[in-house]
Amino acid sequence: MHSDSADVQKSIRTYLMVGAALFVFTGITVAVNRLQLAIPAAITVALLIATFKGSMVASIFMHLSHEKKWIYGALILTAVFFVFLLFVPLFTTMDTIGHPNPSQTMVPGAEHAMEH
Amino acid sequence: MQIPYTVEARPDTGLHNGKLGIWLFLASEVMLFGALFSAYIILRTGSVEWPHGELNIWLGMANTFILIGSSVTMVMAWASLKLKNWAKHRLYLFLTAALALVFLVNKYFEYSEHFSKGEGPWHNTFFGLYFTLTGLHGLHIIGGVIVMLYLLGPGAKMWEKNPDQFANRIEITGLYWHFVDLVWIFLFPVLYLL
Repeated sequence: MHSDSADVQKSIRTYLMVGAALFVFTGITVAVNRLQLAIPAAITVALLIATFKGSMVASIFMHLSHEKKWIYGALILTAVFFVFLLFVPLFTTMDTIGHPNPSQTMVPGAEHAMEH
Repeated sequence: MQIPYTVEARPDTGLHNGKLGIWLFLASEVMLFGALFSAYIILRTGSVEWPHGELNIWLGMANTFILIGSSVTMVMAWASLKLKNWAKHRLYLFLTAALALVFLVNKYFEYSEHFSKGEGPWHNTFFGLYFTLTGLHGLHIIGGVIVMLYLLGPGAKMWEKNPDQFANRIEITGLYWHFVDLVWIFLFPVLYLL
């Protein structure tokens, strides 16, 4: 992080420009929404703009563009677990509890027992 | 007992402990909100239909502008401190807290309108997710305001005794605040627009 006064003075202009850009991109997000795009396209555009805005906040306001490796390490580890977390719902499609496949769960000979 | 590395950086990490601490806390916050976003994805993709136009986009957009503005004033509060401009620092920190309170007032009106129409968290899955996500985010805003008011009030005395440690506290508060803004940047399109 900057500590030198000249560097901080220079950064102030960047902060203001990033702030203005975030305002503009918020307006663009809403304007695109008014176009009534198809749902997949609308989701893609809105999330792309949100990701761009989020990366500006993280890199400039949170100074992630020039941080120490310990912080990058912690964030990479978090990103890995975060992606895993987002895919956790997929595992529910493999969940057969409550919806058993009879051919796999029945014990041998049970079909005959049910017939009687 | 003196707590070590509150001002100077630890030789092994190159960071003061407060900064490493806040980043580890923010990492846990990513997982917390990540779990809720994950719940949103599974509930939305698993539903036959999803409501649209239930929320007031203009109020949501106004709150986005307010939080972005507060992020700018927060980083300016830190920069002013680095430039040893105490008066400007106080002004920017006050503006940040004030904008946060305006955000909460807007949220209060938004919540009131929904409750008056019987659209509480019990109404449907969408409103359940909406109140859970925005309620948790709102609690984070309240937490941030409490810290800022402390730093504007009794906590400000540290500036005279230990200015470097005070600047570190402002930096840490700023990191937390920008994260709260970042979460809202994703919440706004996900809940209000899509």
